[in-house]
Amino acid sequence: MNERMVQLEVLRYDPQVDDEPHFQHYEVPCKEEWVVLDALNAIKESIDPTLNYRWSCHMAVCGSCGMMINGEPRLSCHAFLRGFAGVIRVEPLAHFPIERDLVTVADDFIDKLKRVKPYLIPGEPRPIGAGEYLQTPAQLMKYRHFSMCINCMLCYAACPQYALQPLFLGPAAITLAHRYNLDSRDGGREQRQQVIATDEGVWECSFVGACSEVCPKAVDPAAALQQVKVASTLDWFREHLLPGSAT
Amino acid sequence: MSRRPFVRLVSGTRWYFGHPRYLRYMSREVTCIFIGAFALLLLRAVERLSAGQAAYASFLAAIAGPWSALGLSLVVIFALHNAVSWFNVTPKALPVQIGEGFLPGGFIVAAHYAAWILVSLAVLLFAGVL
Amino acid sequence: METIVADVAIVGAGGAGLRAAIALAEADPKLRIALISKVYPMRSHTCAAEGGAAGVIKPGDSLDMHFDDTVSGGDWLSDQDCVEYFVKEAPGELLQLEHWGCPWNREADGSVAVRSFGGMKKQRTWFAADKSGFHILHTLFQTSLRFPSIVRFDEYYVLDLLLDEGRCRGLTAMEMRSGLIRQFNAGAVIVAGGGAGRMFPFTTNGAIKTGDGMALAYRAGVPLKDMEFVQYHPTGLPNTGSLLTEACRGEGGVLLNRNGRRYLQDYGMGPETEPGKPQLKTMELGPRDRLSQAYWHELQKGNTVSTRWGECVLLDMRHLGERKINERLPLVRELAISYLGVDIVTDPVPVRPVVHYMMGGIATDTRAATPLPGLFAAGECACVSLNGANRLGSNSLVELLVFGKRAAGSAIEYIRDLPAAGTAALTARAQESQARIRELFSRTDGIESMSGLRREMTDTMEKNVGIYRDQAGLQQAVDTLGQLRRRYRKVMLSDRSNVFNTDLFQVLELGCMLDCAEALTVGALARRESRGAHQRLDWAKRDDDHYLRHSMVHYRGSGAPRVDYQDVVITRSPPGLRDYSGGHQ
Repeated sequence: MNERMVQLEVLRYDPQVDDEPHFQHYEVPCKEEWVVLDALNAIKESIDPTLNYRWSCHMAVCGSCGMMINGEPRLSCHAFLRGFAGVIRVEPLAHFPIERDLVTVADDFIDKLKRVKPYLIPGEPRPIGAGEYLQTPAQLMKYRHFSMCINCMLCYAACPQYALQPLFLGPAAITLAHRYNLDSRDGGREQRQQVIATDEGVWECSFVGACSEVCPKAVDPAAALQQVKVASTLDWFREHLLPGSAT
Repeated sequence: MSRRPFVRLVSGTRWYFGHPRYLRYMSREVTCIFIGAFALLLLRAVERLSAGQAAYASFLAAIAGPWSALGLSLVVIFALHNAVSWFNVTPKALPVQIGEGFLPGGFIVAAHYAAWILVSLAVLLFAGVL
Repeated sequence: METIVADVAIVGAGGAGLRAAIALAEADPKLRIALISKVYPMRSHTCAAEGGAAGVIKPGDSLDMHFDDTVSGGDWLSDQDCVEYFVKEAPGELLQLEHWGCPWNREADGSVAVRSFGGMKKQRTWFAADKSGFHILHTLFQTSLRFPSIVRFDEYYVLDLLLDEGRCRGLTAMEMRSGLIRQFNAGAVIVAGGGAGRMFPFTTNGAIKTGDGMALAYRAGVPLKDMEFVQYHPTGLPNTGSLLTEACRGEGGVLLNRNGRRYLQDYGMGPETEPGKPQLKTMELGPRDRLSQAYWHELQKGNTVSTRWGECVLLDMRHLGERKINERLPLVRELAISYLGVDIVTDPVPVRPVVHYMMGGIATDTRAATPLPGLFAAGECACVSLNGANRLGSNSLVELLVFGKRAAGSAIEYIRDLPAAGTAALTARAQESQARIRELFSRTDGIESMSGLRREMTDTMEKNVGIYRDQAGLQQAVDTLGQLRRRYRKVMLSDRSNVFNTDLFQVLELGCMLDCAEALTVGALARRESRGAHQRLDWAKRDDDHYLRHSMVHYRGSGAPRVDYQDVVITRSPPGLRDYSGGHQ
């Protein structure tokens, strides 16, 4: 099998030693079909055990191994070495504080996920004994692509609005809220609107579209956010302009 | 405490040089300046028109000339860029579900172009140009 | 050391841990629940499960049939009272997930759709495309956010259980980002720490599956049960080991050798069925142990296909057509294209068996209780004896739910009249735990490297404890693992930082894997028969007279483990012949 030497520039930061992050150069023998994560694993196993990063599934579904690779937010388990020439620059996900090396602090994202009430709030409660809620394939397809988010946070690392306004709920959280809003079983939209149809919610989004460009699961958060804007606007018109709705 | 998370600061004024997609975005956003300028110009034109034929004629004379033409060409180019870039993203905001699938985005974009052309024709017709 | 007091502490926040946490919170909002995990919940390996979850819901199916499939699939090593409980609870748990928003695939009338799966006589596997585990995990995680009483401790690595007067009373855990060790005092502890596939070099398991939960209980005196039964999934990608779900075959994919022959018909799983029209419980829909063993025989006969990634057989799905593949198997297509460069729409994909699942684990009964009062376990880390000697695909996702919930119920019952703990004694235990880590940090005479020991362990497991085993190989593995455990005491940390020190966690994980690997190998050496996933070249027959029993491996510190046995519970299905001939034999 073909092997080649791959050069990596990896951002290192140990808060107990370093004042600020710095790049460290590695040269590591790699197989042609490897991904960047394999190269990092080879470094950790044979060259430098002090390098730190998160990873687990190696099949782009657990969402652990997001990092900036040549300036682009990527899952390192899905960034094939054959797609890179020259030195590969690896940094922790942008827009998140660096805990250590390639490990970021994810607290803000986790808090925001929780705030949008990302769970089914039944429209009509139904006992388990009554069986499943009926949901046609068409009703399922209406929201299914928005349910594919693996919470990898790449969209936050791509979103300049999140960088400039850290209070912004951000693409993944709002998309998840929208996923439940679109679910035929759900009746919780009004509750979620109070969180997402706000200045720090969807109206902070200026439709850069970067989130959808970097999403590894084709969830298309930008679409979800624009749809939330359209629906919220219609809400406003209904509330203020329709006869009988005046307050 | 051993933790000391490092925060990388993002420049509020230069961030859009960080990635080509940010520059593309800014090029769309910057069109609003030109479109705003054109709106002001249009308002001025209407105001002049209401002041009488002479006033309107001198307004037209004032905006004639190569520099104005250049400026107006720029406005048209940016307005087109604005319209095209927005039309291209409409399928995201207005998806049309048919059964289990979605109408391909191209149809939605095409529908917008068609509507644009129709409205333009109607305006031109109404204005007596056609 | 900071102390956190909880009514129930849960170790692991994958499918079983989350299900337990929700069940506790629903039962009593006043319960203080500590959900502790070394990763954020949605990173747990439940997310990688693809095919689906089995539960009887359609007309024409019955609990008895699900019972029979599970018991025969497990080669009669399942406890039948456990299987009865499981098949009865399964549909309700899957419906509960549906009510929580899980995007199950649907029939045209809006009811839940089911698909075929290996070893199942009826279609009863609920699925969400080929991302069923992912959707189950995220549905559970998101639902858990509703409950303020579930307090999560994400990215905490659990070090030791705290015992006092014969009861489990809590644990110690290190906050990974600060290196601070915290003491958790809890009335009961539920271990849901997942499997241990990473002790093998070629596995579908993610990096986190290092047997931590199993080792926690094992070291605290709870036996590991039936550890020798390791499931090889027959269709892994040959380079990364990524799983190509059994649903590939459930939807009609076929397995071919180098001659284009559907070789399964040569191993008691024939006659051949029509391609694209899979028949249940025969040929490609035989059980995983039989399929993986058939690969081994093909390999011996020289019938496999040589690829740059080693010897493979071919999984052919071309006849399914692009539309069906995109609808039912989108992840499979994407995985094969990106990691192997093979589009399953146009080409057969090379595959080979890959370590996938541990049937064995922490000994529990049908209440999800371990022999240690106050300690409960559920999920892959536990061996409740549902899966016996071979798990049927799509039973384990349901196992997480059924026994995660059951563990919660049992824990609530247990803490109801629990006498108060001796807190001084617990604190003393916690300090011992802390001292163990301090010693590791201050060790100066370490000579062994973590990665070196780990490689020797995985090499040994692959070489000697694979699909087919024999006395000599197993003995060699037992000896090697004993040595590796001794050498482990001289392992040297390369990184002494307190902040997110993954070198430290890899060292601790290696310790867990070595303990699990030794228990597994000792169990395999002692079991002189072939049953389900445990195949001995030197003891080729199933031996119900001697081994219709669970092996129980007991930890003995630095000494070799001790093995004893516990009878299998038989209620109504006496051991019989496993028939995957499609009714032709």
